[in-house]
Amino acid sequence: MIPLSDYLIVSAILFAIGTAGVFLRRNLITILLSVEIMLNAVNLTFVAFGRYLGSVDGQIIVFFVMTVAAAEAAVGLAIVIALFRHRESLNPEAFTALKW
Amino acid sequence: MFDSTFDAVVPLLCVILAALAAMGAEAFRARGERMPIGGLGIVGLAGAGVSSVLLWNRNAASFGVILADNFGLFVTLVLVVVGVLTIMFSSQVVRRDALPAGEYYALVLFAIAGMIMMATANDLLVIFLALEILSVAVYVLTGIRRDDQRATEAAFKYFLLGAFSSAFFLYGIAFTYGVAGSTRLDRVGAYLAAQSMSDSPLILMALALLLVGFAFKISAVPFHMWTPDAYEGAPAIVTGFMSTGVKAAAFAAFARVFLSAFEPFSADWAPIVWIIAALTMILGTVVGVAQSNLKRMLAYSSIAHGGYLLVGLVAANEVGKAAILFYLLAYAVTNLAAFGVIALLGSRDRGNDELRDYAGLWHTRPALAALMTVCLLSLGGLPPTVGFIGKWYIFSAAVSAGYYGLAIIGVLTSVVSVFFYLRVVVMMYMAEREVAAAMPPRVTGVSMAALAFAIFVIVYLGVMPTQVLDLASASIATIF
Amino acid sequence: MPETLVFYLLAGLAIGASALVIGQRNPMYSVMLLIASFGALAGLYIQLEAPFVAVAQIIIYAGAIMVLFLFVVMLLNAPQEDAAEWDRLHPLRQPGIARFGAMLGLLLVVQLAWALIRAAEIGAPVGSRSDAAAVSSVREVGRVLFTDYMFAFEATSILILVAMVGAVVLARREDAGEAEGEER
Repeated sequence: MIPLSDYLIVSAILFAIGTAGVFLRRNLITILLSVEIMLNAVNLTFVAFGRYLGSVDGQIIVFFVMTVAAAEAAVGLAIVIALFRHRESLNPEAFTALKW
Repeated sequence: MFDSTFDAVVPLLCVILAALAAMGAEAFRARGERMPIGGLGIVGLAGAGVSSVLLWNRNAASFGVILADNFGLFVTLVLVVVGVLTIMFSSQVVRRDALPAGEYYALVLFAIAGMIMMATANDLLVIFLALEILSVAVYVLTGIRRDDQRATEAAFKYFLLGAFSSAFFLYGIAFTYGVAGSTRLDRVGAYLAAQSMSDSPLILMALALLLVGFAFKISAVPFHMWTPDAYEGAPAIVTGFMSTGVKAAAFAAFARVFLSAFEPFSADWAPIVWIIAALTMILGTVVGVAQSNLKRMLAYSSIAHGGYLLVGLVAANEVGKAAILFYLLAYAVTNLAAFGVIALLGSRDRGNDELRDYAGLWHTRPALAALMTVCLLSLGGLPPTVGFIGKWYIFSAAVSAGYYGLAIIGVLTSVVSVFFYLRVVVMMYMAEREVAAAMPPRVTGVSMAALAFAIFVIVYLGVMPTQVLDLASASIATIF
Repeated sequence: MPETLVFYLLAGLAIGASALVIGQRNPMYSVMLLIASFGALAGLYIQLEAPFVAVAQIIIYAGAIMVLFLFVVMLLNAPQEDAAEWDRLHPLRQPGIARFGAMLGLLLVVQLAWALIRAAEIGAPVGSRSDAAAVSSVREVGRVLFTDYMFAFEATSILILVAMVGAVVLARREDAGEAEGEER
């Protein structure tokens, strides 16, 4: 069996990666993704503790966290779109086609 | 009064129903038709206020997670006042800036619902969800003027750091759940009380992460970086709303979590909060002095005021606990009124929020200048305003709990802060208008009534604070 | 032990993919890598006897939220990093703050490592205190969700409503809202 501490360490590493991403990256989308990594790290902690304690509460909290993540993503991306609209009006050449 | 299971959520329901009604009204509004959507909000808030008064002393609980004890109800009433004043000031701003009225009022009301939920929640998960409801609504309100690039950038910065700090807060909840097996504050408190001798590293981690999360939300140093930008970029009335409502709700939850559930570990967190409080007061004041934009200056001032509230939290004796609640009320009314004046003086194209815009205001708008003066004096803590009484009780609580250092720092920073508040006052009365700027717009009767009410509260509580103070100490005594 | 092997494989995948997410310059690759990371996490949830969470993780996170991200990345044609512009927008990227943040992050890692090493009670195997049946039942999840977490469940409906209104207000085309506003 895998000890609880291993799960917690994995989630701590993921959380640290997310934190680092927020500080290090410059791309707005990547920064939002870093926050998602942080939330997922916390989810792993919840599920691991829940399994350890033998209660389903941990899993249920994860559903709420997912809802929160979805709500945050929707609003965050809407703000990013609004930001880009200002840039768009300044610099029309920057946006020509839907490609990556 | 009502069916007993749902008692505690009635104030919350009133506000949510008002928000839904605002959305519905907007949806069925014919193009160009004018509707008193803000009035709907006031009705809902009045319902919340009345039901809070009826619930007083009853310690109602609903679903096991919402606890309408007197502490929560006191904060609810403060939030109702904040909401009513915000809506009254907004009526003019919404029309002037052509904001989408239905969405604007719905978001304000949802934010207040989140704040009330946060102040009355007895469960860490519900506190987190309430925090998200109010935060998401306020992010959007910050950026609601999409034609203003600065507002959108402010919204992004606020959103980013808000989401970032929420993750820390949530991680703290995860550790709390891990050690205590529950997120309910009463169970966490019972577990921790039994463990108070051990220093389990997991509990300390939970404590540290929750502290970081709360510190971000109340913009305590060193987690304050988002505050000046967000406060400066947002529309003035939204800044007033978030600097008072969000702070009041976050502080209520902070006090509830740390003074009830984590009370057994106060020896661990009190020194850290001591340092944070001292840094917050000093930085807010020192940097505030150097600002030339009034909104930015008041942003730093609100950081400093968060520091004073933290002093009350550290000195959590009988006086200190009541002082927190009284100070929340005092600060909320005063700061919201000050931002209300700024909002009323702006125009659609120009915020008119630079210090020099206030030069000679006395000659063009004597009434607004006089009202602003009262607000600034109250923020500076000069008698006979409510700000003076609030600070007096905070500092006397610190002294009686033996925190002389904090009291001295508090008094010194208050004295320095008086300088920058008075600078604005002097500008308004002494200086002539440098530029032939356009006359500030007319102020509607509703906004004027809101200002008059706020000033009445500031002066009345400054002269006769005893009643409300007794109420505050009675309400906080019931839970801690 | 195959179980341990699977754990290290999935954990390594999750950590590696997440590290690459923040190591990428192209947000498109970042989103794809994050989906891989979420898939690995779903595997870990299955190992933790939480099949329902694993499925939700795939459907909601990888399926819905990440698609939203992908959509925005393509909509904006999110360019390669434009240093000066991003730096102005990023609230933490002033030199002093970034250094402070890095310090804080380091402190966090040290603190976490210290806490996890010192906490002896968590060294026990994750399933040692309870049997799998107690947590793996979807029926039990549903029962607790709609009894103990009733209020929280209702609260999320408000949260989603706020997010919906907010996203519409912010992302709506400028002209529609403005024209309507003028009439008032």
